[in-house]
Amino acid sequence: MAWFKKPKKEITRAVGKKQVQVPQGLYAKCKGCGSILYNKELDKNFKVCPKCGYHYQLSSLERLYLTVDSGSFEEYDEKLDSKNPLDFPEYTDKIKKGQEKAKMTDAVITGMGKIAGQPASVAIMDFQFMGGSLGSVVGEKITRAVERAIEKKTGMVIVSTSGGARMQEGIFSLMQMAKTSAALARLGEAGLPYLSVLTDPTTGGVAASYSMLGDVNLAEPGAMVGFAGPRVIEQTIRQKLPKGFQRAEFLLEHGFVDAIVPRSRMKQTLGQYLKFFRS
Amino acid sequence: MRPFPAKGFSQVKAPKPLARSNGKKPKGDDAISAAWKKVQLARHPQRPFALDYIQRIFTDFNEIHGDRVFGDDQAIVAGFAYLGDQPVFVVGQQKGRDTKENIKRNFGMPNPEGYRKALRVMKMGEKFKKPILTFIDTPGAYPGLGAEERGQSEAIARNLLEMAKLKTPIIAAVIGEGGSGGALGIGVANKVLMMENSIYSVISPEGCAAILWNNREMIRQASEVLRLTAQDLRSFEIVDEIIPEPEGGAHLNHDSAAQNLKKAMEKNLKALVGLSPKALEEQRYQKFRSMGMFQD
Repeated sequence: MAWFKKPKKEITRAVGKKQVQVPQGLYAKCKGCGSILYNKELDKNFKVCPKCGYHYQLSSLERLYLTVDSGSFEEYDEKLDSKNPLDFPEYTDKIKKGQEKAKMTDAVITGMGKIAGQPASVAIMDFQFMGGSLGSVVGEKITRAVERAIEKKTGMVIVSTSGGARMQEGIFSLMQMAKTSAALARLGEAGLPYLSVLTDPTTGGVAASYSMLGDVNLAEPGAMVGFAGPRVIEQTIRQKLPKGFQRAEFLLEHGFVDAIVPRSRMKQTLGQYLKFFRS
Repeated sequence: MRPFPAKGFSQVKAPKPLARSNGKKPKGDDAISAAWKKVQLARHPQRPFALDYIQRIFTDFNEIHGDRVFGDDQAIVAGFAYLGDQPVFVVGQQKGRDTKENIKRNFGMPNPEGYRKALRVMKMGEKFKKPILTFIDTPGAYPGLGAEERGQSEAIARNLLEMAKLKTPIIAAVIGEGGSGGALGIGVANKVLMMENSIYSVISPEGCAAILWNNREMIRQASEVLRLTAQDLRSFEIVDEIIPEPEGGAHLNHDSAAQNLKKAMEKNLKALVGLSPKALEEQRYQKFRSMGMFQD
């Protein structure tokens, strides 16, 4: 028998007491610091955690509103649509699903607009559409956007986010890397600036082509940018990767990005740079 | 004690391949085996590698080393030589035949310094107005820690951009495995040739099988859906010419395979050396500009 007895309290529940109903999606737990965030506040803060500065992914439309002056954007090639050149299993369904989810025909929006008053050809990728993968449509739209910059003698801004090449388009996807890079070579020869904005995540074929080729490469804080994904590297070298590996700060330290720019200052920074290069 | 394997390997049924999106039945076992056979031939350890071709195709090959920044990557060999009377610059991805050599060559997987060495040599080609010939044979660019630190993606991207601008003829030959961006990093050429039993793909069949079926054993089916054989790529007009191999594959007769490739290189070079530097750049630009399938 125990020396002390713990009196069992009867568990009572407040019956009839009004419980506070929290609607779904009003609050969210921060992916960076774990604190509870009011979603409206998060939206107001450009989807950056006000406490730890964690940058959430943005859709291409949200990014467009944040980056391009309102009323100045004219979209091009919005109807460009994918084919299934390899007759790859389930690809057509995947495109349909991506189109429903991201509400766009493929993983990039391109057009002409003004950034903080400076005219530019703009391409903004969307990770929601098949992981922002680089297929024929993305490659063609970006190439046309670069050619438009050359024709209209403006700077080029590409905001990248992508898991890499689009496996379902096989070799056609791979060749988009060469196509887009060749177009950027011509932009450079025309003496026009290319500003590349790297956002979380940018890897594989997109990192190994246009997104690393900016006259100036800017990255958002904490963005994961690299050639191979961390899982592939871990499997190859059979050891855990150090903390912060392939993050924007790591790239800055190793000399592959020029600056890390928080989301709130991105538009202003792009505008300043475009103005400088055009003067 | 439990007998091993618990269930005979032969009894383990392979999952069925996915149905095609257009409702067509998946191709029969023959087609699947054909593509897989090509993958195996392309990776055959006795297949001629870059240096085997270089020794047989050129005379007076001089290898040069280093990217002048970090080091010398042995997965890429580079230098200059004569193709008949024509002086040329040569770049190739080199695999090893045994374990020792494979470690030295990193299994033909270049690091950033390899791509930078390749670019240095190719720029010399432009400077001294000599054609550039490249030999592609890699499972892919190396996905390692150091490679990321030294900017693997930047190195490949830079090569794509710079190769597009070079004002000298470039011919690339896929001699074995054309592994994704790692292959394309020395592959932006005026003419792209492929050996009959070589492959060129955006992802390895193993990687594709892991993503599609979450099963690395489905490599046969993956090799088929990726359409990675020389014959597929010729039908897509991604490559310009298929170079015939001796009966049974290039590994059975290195001399004959090299002879065929040499003839094709000479023929293609002859057609290119007459073009002006501007025309060469334009031809290369338009070649890659037209690649892609979409609905406008």
